[in-house]
Amino acid sequence: MGMTIAEKIIAAAAGVESVRPGDIHTVNLDRMMSNDGTTHLTVDMYNNQLNHPHIADPKKLVFIVDHNVPSDNPKTAASQKKMRDFARENGIDFWEGKGVCHQIMMENYVCSGELIFGADSHTCSYGAVGAFGTGVGCTDFLYGMVTGTSWVLVPETVKFNLVGKLPEGVYARDLILEIIGTVGANGCNYQVMEFTGEGAKTLSISDRIALCNMAVEAGAKTGIFEPDEKAIAYLEEHGRKPKAIYHSDPDAVYAREYTFDLSKVRPVVAKPDFVDNLCPAEEVRGIKIDEAFLGSCNNGRIEDLRVGASIIKGHKVADRVRFLVVPASLEIYKQALKEGLIDIFMDAGAIVMNPNCSVCWGSCQGVIGENEVLISTGTRNFKGRAGHPSSKVYLGSAATVTASAIVGKIALAEDIQ
Amino acid sequence: MENMTGKVWVLGDDIDTDIIIPTEYLALKTIDDMKQYGFSPLRPELAGQIQKGDIIVAGKNFGCGSSREQAPEIIKALGIQCVIAKSFARIFFRNSINNGLLLIEQPDLYDDIKEGDTITVHMNEHVDYNGKEYPIASLPENLMSIIQAGGLVGAMRKLNGLD
Repeated sequence: MGMTIAEKIIAAAAGVESVRPGDIHTVNLDRMMSNDGTTHLTVDMYNNQLNHPHIADPKKLVFIVDHNVPSDNPKTAASQKKMRDFARENGIDFWEGKGVCHQIMMENYVCSGELIFGADSHTCSYGAVGAFGTGVGCTDFLYGMVTGTSWVLVPETVKFNLVGKLPEGVYARDLILEIIGTVGANGCNYQVMEFTGEGAKTLSISDRIALCNMAVEAGAKTGIFEPDEKAIAYLEEHGRKPKAIYHSDPDAVYAREYTFDLSKVRPVVAKPDFVDNLCPAEEVRGIKIDEAFLGSCNNGRIEDLRVGASIIKGHKVADRVRFLVVPASLEIYKQALKEGLIDIFMDAGAIVMNPNCSVCWGSCQGVIGENEVLISTGTRNFKGRAGHPSSKVYLGSAATVTASAIVGKIALAEDIQ
Repeated sequence: MENMTGKVWVLGDDIDTDIIIPTEYLALKTIDDMKQYGFSPLRPELAGQIQKGDIIVAGKNFGCGSSREQAPEIIKALGIQCVIAKSFARIFFRNSINNGLLLIEQPDLYDDIKEGDTITVHMNEHVDYNGKEYPIASLPENLMSIIQAGGLVGAMRKLNGLD
């Protein structure tokens, strides 16, 4: 019986010939990432609760400050200092102010075939190049840091056959919202979402990151693509090679299969307060907004900034609306500067921020107040996610968000002439 | 583990980690400082009403969202004995075990339960409510030993003879 790509990565990490869903294996972790959301908790446990604290292999660890950058109060400054000092003392790669952790990982670390744990739920992004990335809490992170290993229950895989090509003006962001709206917010709980088929090949690495990144919003352990020439080219551009190239066997077993015709996807919006509360963008057209956010590990890449800039060029942000533009990494920010995109956003009246998680996680920047409405390219629209419990978050594509910023109400790109 | 009897608080489907503990309170120094804000976006008064030994019963996908480990820690710090839900999100499930919070999956109890009522959990067997038995799966011994030790770190310390 064949294996899926996810099963092959787990088998290799466990040092066994084959694995089956439901098996529990001890695995060697290729890499581990932790950010300022919880690293201070890991460091506290490491320093105060272990008798013989030691790190299995500091070279496998990456610490990234991205959730509150620059720190917004003495408490976050203190927890970031703890993280910074610990990284220095232990020879751990440390990044600060350079971007959202998953974007930094994609640009600098993730290799096809690796098994990666990250103390952040969106670690599932790494499947874009055929790695198995999954989010864990800080205790699991601590265990991995000390032993270099962890345990995994081999998940079932759900196959998403993608056919056709996305139409002009429709984006991977619309596709993943459509997929989550179809399967539900726990539709793939503890399963792997494997994106495959001819349609998958048409998607860029940025598109693939957008899909895999939100796998957790369907409850999945990870999302994954089989690495192809686009994935290998992406790694080469960033000075890396795959660890291993795995493909799903023709006789691999899937828990379920879905087929999505990309050519039929239309601009969609997830309404408050659930990511699967989906509707066609037209349905919410005209809802007044207070803030628009273009950024995040889901949709803050150069491709997304290009979409936004092409729509807002020659227009202005609506009166009394804040439009936050937050490149997902410094590399993206510098590229956007080179292409003149930042000028376009600034001339339109957008607030261009340093790379970080920003209002996507409801802290540090752009937090919204009582009854305010945000339209966002972020990852979640949970109740109170972006600020006050009475505030509302709508999720849409870079195009929908930018058009909304111009109109001051939820709008589609086609509304901007 | 002995039977547990407790008063029930009923929450809905998709109770996410931002509801369990909103981002703005994560910067507070300790779990004890944070716990008063538990569930505040949904029910600001709830954290103050929960008594030690109470039980949460909820719908599907409890704990969805972020990997923030403060979420199970806060539920435990509020004195909740266990959470019984139709289903749990996977990162939250693992974090709860690792922090010694007992989670039990039960598909039907949520549809029948009334807030404020009392239930009894017979570990690895069933939940008693209103004269009816709701079957529950048994928890493997190794997971139970982690929960009883207060979490993974506690269990490792015990294993290594430190506690």
